[in-house]
Amino acid sequence: MTICVGTVDSETGDNLSTVPDTVVSAAAARASRRAQNPYWRVATEFVANPVALFGLVLLVLVILAAILAPLISPQNPYDLAQLDVMDGRLPPGAPTPSGHTYWLGTDDQGRDMLSAIFYGLRISLSVGVASTVLALIIGLTMGLTAAYFGGRIESTIMRIVDIQLSFPAILIALILIAVLGQGTGKVIAALVTVQWAYYARTVRSAALVETRKEYMEAARCLALPPSRIVFRHLLPNCLPPMIVVATVQVAAAIALEATLSFLGLGLPITEPSLGLLIANGYQYLLSGKYWISFFPGIALLVTIVSINLVADQLRDVLNPRLSK
Amino acid sequence: MLVFVIRRSLQSVVVLFAMSLLVFIGVYAIGNPIDILINPQADQIDREQAIAALGLDKPLPEQYLSFLGGAVRGDLGRSFVHSTPALSLILERMPATLELAMAAMLIAIILGIPFGLWAGLRPHSFSGRTIMAGSILGFSLPTFWVGLMLIMVFSVMLGWLPSNGRGPTTLLFGLIPVSFLSIDGLKHLVMPATNLALFNLALLIRLTRSGAHEALLQDYVKFARAKGLKNGRVIGVHVLRNILIPIVTVIGLQFGSLIAFAIVTESVFAWPGMGKLLIDSINVLDRPVIVAYLLIIVTIFIFINLIVDVLYSALDPRVRLTESKG
Repeated sequence: MTICVGTVDSETGDNLSTVPDTVVSAAAARASRRAQNPYWRVATEFVANPVALFGLVLLVLVILAAILAPLISPQNPYDLAQLDVMDGRLPPGAPTPSGHTYWLGTDDQGRDMLSAIFYGLRISLSVGVASTVLALIIGLTMGLTAAYFGGRIESTIMRIVDIQLSFPAILIALILIAVLGQGTGKVIAALVTVQWAYYARTVRSAALVETRKEYMEAARCLALPPSRIVFRHLLPNCLPPMIVVATVQVAAAIALEATLSFLGLGLPITEPSLGLLIANGYQYLLSGKYWISFFPGIALLVTIVSINLVADQLRDVLNPRLSK
Repeated sequence: MLVFVIRRSLQSVVVLFAMSLLVFIGVYAIGNPIDILINPQADQIDREQAIAALGLDKPLPEQYLSFLGGAVRGDLGRSFVHSTPALSLILERMPATLELAMAAMLIAIILGIPFGLWAGLRPHSFSGRTIMAGSILGFSLPTFWVGLMLIMVFSVMLGWLPSNGRGPTTLLFGLIPVSFLSIDGLKHLVMPATNLALFNLALLIRLTRSGAHEALLQDYVKFARAKGLKNGRVIGVHVLRNILIPIVTVIGLQFGSLIAFAIVTESVFAWPGMGKLLIDSINVLDRPVIVAYLLIIVTIFIFINLIVDVLYSALDPRVRLTESKG
């Protein structure tokens, strides 16, 4: 469906521009200019799929909840003055003496779970995004270096990538945490190490295809310096597949960080991510107090699923083979 | 074939050698080896004796050679906590992890291939779509949280299954302790194994579906139908056989990742395997066990990759041809 809409749009655009003597209304001209704008095309194709649109709306809500956490949370879950241990482990919907309701219950410290989840989302998302951006930069540099220079540099980099990708991410992350020790910076370092290889491999294969194209040859014939060729000509044309991989990897990084935190090897207790909230509720789960683990898990699930839905649609929209 | 196996084995030895060097650099050169290998509670004299005994005062290349020599002889250090050789501690826990991983793989295969085939044969039916939507969920759900929810439903709410441990074990061949031979043991096994199987179940469904989907359009399937073969035979023999190669590869490769992911499942269900031992060791800084675990799991991985490559070349003659030329 999506693909059809995009094709029709761009075709009308092409037709109008190649037949200049046809009388074209101003509105149609505007529409055709829009259709030729690649950002507009991607945007219209993206929202044409209702499932993807749903994912996007969910993701925007999640991001807003994370950013606005201090404003929309009923209480500051880490301000000890606002916590009352007497309110500990209340079930969802329990009222407080001060008048508001604990919609999602409280944890053992008397912390409102809804507020804790908003703050947890903040930490989970920022660790996920930060590690993805760092890994993207490293992976892009390594992959482009490999593709552009070739030879021994390429085979060394790609051999490291191959060996690393033959081991599961969780294992590599655990090895690093075991060797480096714990802490926020070290968790991010572990996530970056796990991810960079995916980017390096993707960008290299994209760059190898691009390097053979004529515009690259033209750029080389103009005797442009290598840095300009790589960054102004090669890099922009390799970006679409990278955007897709990066979106998927943000979700993977968030899930991996949650797993590490659940195992007690992730973020410190002063920065409780969703994984740590779930781990806190583990001991109370067995006595039937499900909400301490259940709701942070739902928040984690909604985040991961919405990112994956968006990534799925981006993959279709940004794939040149499908949109032509 | 033999030449291929020998060459591939030599390659594995090289990778293993490289990995041992990496683990060595990671633990001995980047980290502080004295902290890592000597009990922090030891006093100054003990520390100095231990440094000399471990050869930590020698230059780095010499240290690596003696570390490698120890590893080849199976000497990977002693656990601080258990005061037993780290290697035997891990080997003791290995059957539990292997049993869990095999049970999970079995569940994934028994459910994944039929479901995937069904979805591939009827891609537009409601049931086919439902299976595919379910498989997406299988990829997105965080394993540890699904484990907690399983415990919540089946142990706490329904009270059907025990929430932790391995239950009573029976000796298989009088040697290997296993859970699956008794009813109580099976009850302990089913929940962790299902939890661990989820990701691979989703993967196998998608793989089988896309394979079946493609195979159905091939001429040999049309020809088989034109010959008037029964539907069951066309699917069972002509379709299934041709999509089996990628499936076997993935099953083989995924077995290694099952052992790695068992770390998470074992922690959730308190399953006494090597993964739980690793997490416990990291938490109490029992470093010789960590190092031993890493070397063993790397060896397992390289071994699995080797077996899959050899199997692959046995199943697909094209692979063998290109390998023997190159």
